[in-house]
Amino acid sequence: MIGKKTLSLLIAFLMLFSAKAHADMLQIKGSDTLINLVQALSEQYMQKNPGSYIAVTGGGSGTGVAALINNKCDIANASRLMKAKEIEQALNNNVKVNRIVIALDGLSVIVNADNPLFRLTMGEIGKIFRGEVTNWSEVGGENMPITLYGRQSNSGTFVFFRDAVLKGDYSQKMNRMNGNAQIVAAIKQDKSGIGYVGVGYVKNATGLTVLKVAANPKADYASPLNSADVKSGKYPISRPLNQYINGTPTEKIRDFIEYELSPTGQRIVEEEGFFPISEEYKKFNEKAGF
Amino acid sequence: MQSLVLPKRKSSWISNSLKEKLIHGFFFLNGILSVLVLLGIFALLLLTAIPAFREVNIFSFLFGLDWNPTSYVKEVYGIVPMLVSTFMVTLGALVIAVPIGIGTAAYLSDVANPRVREIVKPVVEILAGIPSVVIGFLGIVLLGPIIAKVFNIHNGLNALNGSILLAVMALPTIISITEDALKNVPVSYESASLALGATKWQTVIKVKIPAALSGIIAATMLGMGRAIGETMTVLMATGCAPAMPESFLGPVRTLTSSIAIELGEVAYNTTHYYALFALGLVLFILTFIINLISDIYLHKFEKVNR
Repeated sequence: MIGKKTLSLLIAFLMLFSAKAHADMLQIKGSDTLINLVQALSEQYMQKNPGSYIAVTGGGSGTGVAALINNKCDIANASRLMKAKEIEQALNNNVKVNRIVIALDGLSVIVNADNPLFRLTMGEIGKIFRGEVTNWSEVGGENMPITLYGRQSNSGTFVFFRDAVLKGDYSQKMNRMNGNAQIVAAIKQDKSGIGYVGVGYVKNATGLTVLKVAANPKADYASPLNSADVKSGKYPISRPLNQYINGTPTEKIRDFIEYELSPTGQRIVEEEGFFPISEEYKKFNEKAGF
Repeated sequence: MQSLVLPKRKSSWISNSLKEKLIHGFFFLNGILSVLVLLGIFALLLLTAIPAFREVNIFSFLFGLDWNPTSYVKEVYGIVPMLVSTFMVTLGALVIAVPIGIGTAAYLSDVANPRVREIVKPVVEILAGIPSVVIGFLGIVLLGPIIAKVFNIHNGLNALNGSILLAVMALPTIISITEDALKNVPVSYESASLALGATKWQTVIKVKIPAALSGIIAATMLGMGRAIGETMTVLMATGCAPAMPESFLGPVRTLTSSIAIELGEVAYNTTHYYALFALGLVLFILTFIINLISDIYLHKFEKVNR
């Protein structure tokens, strides 16, 4: 027994030392949407660059942003933009934030496979989810009442969809489902239903139609399943996934971010179910120095 | 047991009377522990709920018809739709569970042969052990589509679905307590009834069930407590749309599911946060009133019975 105890103490001691030895490792913190992706990226990066150490943790975009403001991490993952207030707080702490977009996330709008409708405009989707349109016939479908399925208010997707598509409040009659998978399950069973989920949840799903969406009545319709359309921005409901850093990056941070944006990195982005960055965001990153 | 039989030990370092007192004190502490916990919870709820009313008018809270604390336009805190939803689902569950529960209990205690009882009773008890999240899932994938088909509506995520699921969850409680109550009816009642020429059916319905009424009411109330506080099942199976419920075939959103949905991501010490505790307080007061009423009723019944 004593032997075991001593051994574990010894190991703990060694770990302490080794942790000290890598005190210069990269700390990445933030969004739970991004955590799997950034973890995959850093694992591949560490394999390629022996001797480099990257620690990726979650906790939500807010956690990451707060850590960056307090200079407690090197990179903050954020599935939303930093608020003006937060940028100001950071400046007060001598942290000058710099934003890089590493991937795109597409949101798909889905209906039951028995619903003949296959496309909508952003305006129509907004009206439907705000509760202003309540029958499919008003948007060119069958004469059938619309049943709404959305996420619960604790979801980042709930907030993003509301701010980007509705620009108003959800109908009080929208069913609040407990996750993406439940929305998919509900839409499969409900001919009158419409819902929104991350595109990763519908790539291989059967029994439902992923709607083509146009930014306005004059624009072309595009599908989130077509990654070229999401990349080019033709598919209108996509959001950038961001990383924030403090000012001019150190060599190590720069090297890792450049790896994320490289063709290899962007292929991992696609493998993880997200989309590579568009030309627009490539230019944006160039301005930020990448 | 043995130490009780043995004669007093003289070498005891502590006097018997002191021992007696210590033991007395220990049991007293145990006795009031749950009271202290209850008071503590009540105080916490009250203290955390009160700040909500610095910004929310208490009348618009109690009588408001809209609940939307994360609104894009204007936050509103009205609990009426949630109260109505909670009552609908709970009463619906009782309407289904009480007759079935009493029927099952009467069958088990008076009709079933011992062999059947040996099988049915443990099965009923196992039913109580099914996690609520599993029952909620069955509500989505199994019961929902059935309801949709039977009533010819587009989806089955509604108050009826929640009621049926909660009835299933309340059944074990109602059955086992009712059965105990029926078993505790003195045999002399049954013998007297049968001797007067009543049939077995008449004896159960007209003698045993009325005699066991206090236990049956207790069973119903406990079942109601189970239903009103249940969260996960209703969260999954009732659609959770915050609008005022229109019928049993429309979505509802109970007090418990609102707290569960919103407490996870609410910013600390904001009006929304305090308002969720106010919801908890309302739920606490509701269950308290239910228990109080059942208690008063039970006492009355006991006095009449004496």
